[in-house]
Amino acid sequence: MCLSIPGKIVSVADGAQDDLRMGRVAFGGITKEICLAYVPEAEVGDYVIVHVGFAISKLNQEDARQVFTYLAELGDVGELGALDPAQEV
Amino acid sequence: MRFVDEYRDQASAAAYAGAIKDLVTRPWAVMEICGGQTHAIVRYGLQDLLPEGVELIHGPGCPVCVTPVEILDRALAVAARPEVTFCSFGDMLRVPGTRKDLFTVKSEGADVRIVYSPMDAVELARQSPEREVVFFAVGFETTAPANAMAVFRAHQLGLSNFSMLVSHVLVPPAIEALLSDPETRVNGFLAAGHVCTVMGTSEYGPLAERFKVPIVVTGFEPLDILQGLHMVLKQLEEGRHEVENQYLRSVRSEGNPPAQRMVSEVFSVVPRQWRGLGEIPASGLGLAPAYAAYDAVLKFDVGAISAAESPDCISGEILKGLKKPRDCAAFGTRCTPDAPLGAPMVSSEGACAAYYRYRRA
Ligand code: SF4
Repeated sequence: MCLSIPGKIVSVADGAQDDLRMGRVAFGGITKEICLAYVPEAEVGDYVIVHVGFAISKLNQEDARQVFTYLAELGDVGELGALDPAQEV
Repeated sequence: MRFVDEYRDQASAAAYAGAIKDLVTRPWAVMEICGGQTHAIVRYGLQDLLPEGVELIHGPGCPVCVTPVEILDRALAVAARPEVTFCSFGDMLRVPGTRKDLFTVKSEGADVRIVYSPMDAVELARQSPEREVVFFAVGFETTAPANAMAVFRAHQLGLSNFSMLVSHVLVPPAIEALLSDPETRVNGFLAAGHVCTVMGTSEYGPLAERFKVPIVVTGFEPLDILQGLHMVLKQLEEGRHEVENQYLRSVRSEGNPPAQRMVSEVFSVVPRQWRGLGEIPASGLGLAPAYAAYDAVLKFDVGAISAAESPDCISGEILKGLKKPRDCAAFGTRCTPDAPLGAPMVSSEGACAAYYRYRRA
């Protein structure tokens, strides 16, 4: 139950269901109705972490690569060029 | 999938493993707090990538596992009532109470339903005014904002047929209890990235300082965990004990303020019983007095039900990191995921179930 997974907001319906901010979020092929009340800044196209039907954070695109930059700074760069997350969809 | 697959890259994992080998000069024991991390560690065999002497200890971070038997017995008593529709996350259905589990009660005819979100239970209550809808609210700080919103919505909608059986737990008091135990072997912590996504990182500074342990807020994918480990081990090797954040893409130092506001509106901090660890002061959430009307324990008067844990199950020592699942005589024989004796075998995030599933050979 603790699972929280990233998904992409595909639509936002402000004020639908009596003022609660809701939206549709895509997880790979599946799309779900998710409460966006806790991520007021997130818009269509943003990635959010979703837990039990609620988005709990908007993922920061700039920080998304730090796992690789940290590794690169350790000196062992390897094949990192091929792993640019910006190229993935 | 974006934000998932890139963090499972094998070449980078191997590079991290190499960097960790280069770094480490002494044995260290690092505890990962969260069951989601335990699951990833066992599933991807991360322990096998680490140099000898670096040991991962699986912490108490599975809310299903730490929910005490007596709460389950209360849940069973409420769920068996004819007027009740009992809603729960799927993981809780097979957690054994003293005599039964929710799945058995359901097969005996009780109206027990698995829901994806607590909001589904609120919706059920709205649609079925003749039923008493009860939601089983377990979880850490990550789940509290969702459950708080469900109560808040029920209140807004004036639903008097909705209530919650709350057994929420908080992570920092459990870390404090673990570190205060003189038997503890833990040198450093990977803190749970999604708990901190909600709560921020400020609660961990005083713990790192007082117990002189590095605490690194860490994500859930293999590369996140390897980087978090590198950061903890680097601090240990350099004699530092600070709070650092590996999971920058989701965790801000202040956490998620709107979520925190909703949690403190609906819940208050209470002492809580932890399976395996006993009672820890100020380690849980209960409904705040203003929302007592939504408390299923009061509504159905099940507060007097109490129960003890199974004597065969060593889940307490497993949760404290003193023993591994395979040290338990019942592991894989009398206790399996199909017939679990203790909660860590039931939940897919429990240490015993993770070992059983991925490490049988
Ligand atoms: S194997 Fe079963 S009985 Fe042993 S500690 Fe794990 S859950 Fe308890």
